Amino acid sequence: MSVQELEKIFQDKIDKEVKLEPKDWMPDAYRKTNIRQISQHAHSEIVGMLPEGNWISRAPSLKRKAILLAKVQDEAGHGLYLYSACETLGITREETINDLHSGKAKYSSIFNYPTITWADIGAIGWLVDGAAILNQVMLTRTSYGPYARAMVRICKEESFHQRQGFESLLVLSRGTKEQKEMCQDAINRWWWPSLMMFGPKDSESTNSDQSMKWKIKRKTNDELRQNFVDMIAEQVKILGMTLPDDKLKWNEERRHYDFGEINWEEFWSVVKGNGPCNKQRLEARKKAWEEGEWVREAAAAFAKKRKTSPNPSKGGALAAA
Amino acid sequence: MNILLRKFYYGDIPEDKTGGNIVSKDTKSDWPLWEVFIRSKQGLDHKHAGSLHAADAQMAIENARDVYTRRMEGVSIWVVESKDITASNPEEAGELYEPAVDKVYRHPTFYDLPDEVKHM
Ligand SMILES: [Fe+2]
Ligand SMILES: [Fe+2]
Repeated sequence: MSVQELEKIFQDKIDKEVKLEPKDWMPDAYRKTNIRQISQHAHSEIVGMLPEGNWISRAPSLKRKAILLAKVQDEAGHGLYLYSACETLGITREETINDLHSGKAKYSSIFNYPTITWADIGAIGWLVDGAAILNQVMLTRTSYGPYARAMVRICKEESFHQRQGFESLLVLSRGTKEQKEMCQDAINRWWWPSLMMFGPKDSESTNSDQSMKWKIKRKTNDELRQNFVDMIAEQVKILGMTLPDDKLKWNEERRHYDFGEINWEEFWSVVKGNGPCNKQRLEARKKAWEEGEWVREAAAAFAKKRKTSPNPSKGGALAAA
Repeated sequence: MNILLRKFYYGDIPEDKTGGNIVSKDTKSDWPLWEVFIRSKQGLDHKHAGSLHAADAQMAIENARDVYTRRMEGVSIWVVESKDITASNPEEAGELYEPAVDKVYRHPTFYDLPDEVKHM
């Protein structure tokens, strides 16, 4: 079959909402776009553990500590689901991780902002996970099967992340004057970076939308961002707090909130590696990887040893079930 | 095919030389890939849940416990090394499933019975 014919079969499947599976033929660019996007997504889950992990030992109560631990552990799981989905496209786990460590692969810029106070942990759950959820809900319908399935699993777990964040801010918003100030300060610092999570404006591009045509993405950046603003602008009222944007206003005609312009210079500068914590985050990842080397080696050696001295109690899967 | 992707969406950060090379599968890592199957409830089938890397089967089960059953999603886990799974080839799907295509009489709806016949 010619490449043109294969491409036609491929696009027909996409148009008919038939999911692509690992062994199906796909254009090289589709494979590469998916590898780039899924691996970036995986890296974001893993690097995203760092700003929150920063507060596990300092959470204000045992309850909050347990909740935060559970959330951070979930994020590790999300990273794993995504790395596995990525591997089905023919790239090894090791290559993917090497690309992160060498700086070749990116992760979401939001994790390059510092977590200065306890309220930041609440703000991350509410705003950062909230923004991620909108994207991930859309991605449960993405055209590549393993990615879509990973998203379904992730979405089931995310809702607790956002709710615990909001609830934690709710407690602060009803607390002392200092707690209220801390809550507002965290919202002020996390609001704009959260909006930036949705990426450049739709009008920034004149190219045809391959990712939309391939149904990797199903909503534009601006659509998702608007959904987010509409959702958060209402929720913030319940906290009795405000969002740091004097242009934020309900537009009756559009039936949406209008909002101010994002600082795009800051956006690109953080993407390019000049955010407050870019260096620190990558170094922490590399350190964890290097210091875990002996554990990986020891486990491999142990497995090898066990293989050479077979365990008689082991039956096949059916016997073990 | 030469498509230049210039528009970047959420979660797809622009970078000229970002990721995406497919190189050889030759890797130093000694931890093989395992497929994980989970029985969510007694009486139900094991269902494919995903995959993970582990040094051996025991570790694969422990990792699967941590990754796929954090919210009591399972009562039993099977793991099998991915390399031991043989999959049918999607390109041969046509021929492979062809024998079933023209056998409508295998379905109960093929048989027209009078309405008076009950419980059938
Ligand atoms: Fe996550
Ligand atoms: Fe999350």
